[in-house]
Amino acid sequence: MVATAEIIAYPAAGAALDIEQVSHAFDIDGTELPVLSDVSIAVEPGEFVALLGPSGCGKSTLLRLVAGLEKPRAGSLREDESRITHPHPSRVVVFQDPTLFPWRTVWDNVALGLEAQGILKSQRSRVDAALELVGLSAFRNAYPHQLSGGMAQRVALARALVNDPKILILDEPLGKLDSLTRITMQAELVSLWQRKGFTTLLVTHDAEEALVLANRVIVFSERPARVKADIRVDRPHPRHRGDPYLADLRRQILGLLGLDATW
Amino acid sequence: MSTYSLSDGLPSAAPRELALAGWLKESGSGVVASLAWIAFGLSCLLWDDVGDWSRTHSLGIAAFIIAAFALFGTVGADYLGSAGRALRKRAPWLLALGLILTLWEVATAKFAWLPLPFFPPPQAIIEIYTDDLPKLLDSVFASVRLQLGGYVIGAAVGFVTGVSIGWSRVVGYWVHPVLRFIGPLPATAWLPIAFFTFPSSWSASTFLIALATGFPVTVLTWSGVASVSNAYYDVARTLGAKPSFLVLKVAIPAALPHVFVGLFMGLGASFAVLVVAEMIGVKAGLGWYLQWAQGWAAYANMYAALIVMSLLCSGAITLLFAIRDRLLVWQKGTVKW
Ligand SMILES: Nc1ncnc2c1ncn2[C@@H]1O[C@H](COP(=O)(O)OP(=O)(O)O)[C@@H](O)[C@H]1O
Ligand SMILES: [Mg+2]
Repeated sequence: MVATAEIIAYPAAGAALDIEQVSHAFDIDGTELPVLSDVSIAVEPGEFVALLGPSGCGKSTLLRLVAGLEKPRAGSLREDESRITHPHPSRVVVFQDPTLFPWRTVWDNVALGLEAQGILKSQRSRVDAALELVGLSAFRNAYPHQLSGGMAQRVALARALVNDPKILILDEPLGKLDSLTRITMQAELVSLWQRKGFTTLLVTHDAEEALVLANRVIVFSERPARVKADIRVDRPHPRHRGDPYLADLRRQILGLLGLDATW
Repeated sequence: MSTYSLSDGLPSAAPRELALAGWLKESGSGVVASLAWIAFGLSCLLWDDVGDWSRTHSLGIAAFIIAAFALFGTVGADYLGSAGRALRKRAPWLLALGLILTLWEVATAKFAWLPLPFFPPPQAIIEIYTDDLPKLLDSVFASVRLQLGGYVIGAAVGFVTGVSIGWSRVVGYWVHPVLRFIGPLPATAWLPIAFFTFPSSWSASTFLIALATGFPVTVLTWSGVASVSNAYYDVARTLGAKPSFLVLKVAIPAALPHVFVGLFMGLGASFAVLVVAEMIGVKAGLGWYLQWAQGWAAYANMYAALIVMSLLCSGAITLLFAIRDRLLVWQKGTVKW
């Protein structure tokens, strides 16, 4: 557990995130497809925010804007008062597909960020620590095709965490995992977030997952996405899945998503 | 009770039979192979040659020596470690070779079933390797030097061009049409022009080999770079990658499997150019040796040169496969050469 202590020794408190009146659209064959419509969300440092919405409404697009991979057509995004214009390792994304680089070993995949920033030589121990954190030290020399889906997603998580992000952006990272692995990784995610204090933005299609993990659940409308509801989840971690308070919120959220309330 | 006696009887009889069968299976083909080589040796020595060849006797002796190696090598394979196992695995091939050589010997040198000057016997080819060795070696060196120079230049230029087209819109705009116009032309079509525009036939041939190599390498490198999934770039960019990192550490490694396909295609194309260039322009190398042998109706020399040439080409491909396997260990299920 020395390794875990070491990673904590780099304090990476979360950053505030301000999404202000953001609208975005794509051009498809000359016609404009509006995807985000006047979205404003203010996220406090260290908050865990879950984003829920119908499939194809624009959640991933919003995350790409937060990451700086694309620029919004209107509105602005700020990380701690500075405008987001480009990707930066203080905001790291974990995508639904682990997207590991198949020609790199697990260790080299995790080392990618530090290598790209030119600080790998002096900080190799951070890679070891991140691998330890997700429990994959034994697989450091394996290639991605030798890993199971859950392990690959863990590597992707380690690859993000090794950069000590101020904002961790998760785009349905557990979507493809089996339910057991999913529950384990949800618990790991919460404990990581509690220990390290980064701000978390999680897109999920699972209302229960959102409620078990987040402080705040934001529900989007159909495309173009607008904020439909902003719900606080006032329950300490670890949360109990059968908690009637959460069940009540869940019913409310599913209702907002247009699903029968008897679910 | 009967079951008991049955199972009692088994252990004494069956293992011996099994052991014999096992021995036959493991060493049998080695024994037969050595018989085939003895037959080859005998076929050399039993009859008189229809022509005048000086190596018949030595070849017969060599065949007996190989037969002895085959026999002791396979029978005693257990004591020879990996060399023994390798020999045992190849024993069927050894057998086939022995049979073919025997047939060849009998059909040419002994009874001349095949018309003679065109189908020289094995000893005639051996004679070339022993008596014309200096000239043959000179030709080998000349060919290897020319091929290696042209191939390395072509592969390097093709790789850099391919990456640039795949990466830069401006380079693509200018180079793509040129590539489309010139690339499909067989490099040998340039031969006449190249030989009088270049200062030496050697530099002309190097250029043509490079051209033949460069085209497939360029196209495949380019398509490799172009087909890299955007998801990789997105991941790298959010982790702080600069453009140079995206090219060197994302685009190129991802494109490498394609690049190797281009390198293989280029190698095949460049062999063809090499031989033609040597036959027509360069007065050295195996292609020229072939041409020269044809002029003198020296058919044994031609076969000898062809065998060397095919060993060299095959060796070059094997080397390229070895390099690929080294660089692409991360791929699963690649073809073994
Ligand atoms: N690069 C793109 N070009 C054109 N359309 C896009 C692009 N990315 C996403 N879209 C469209 O934008 C809409 C929202 O996509 P996305 O943000 O991925 O939705 P989700 O909420 O499921 O993550 C979809 O209709 C999709 O087709
Ligand atoms: Mg999505």
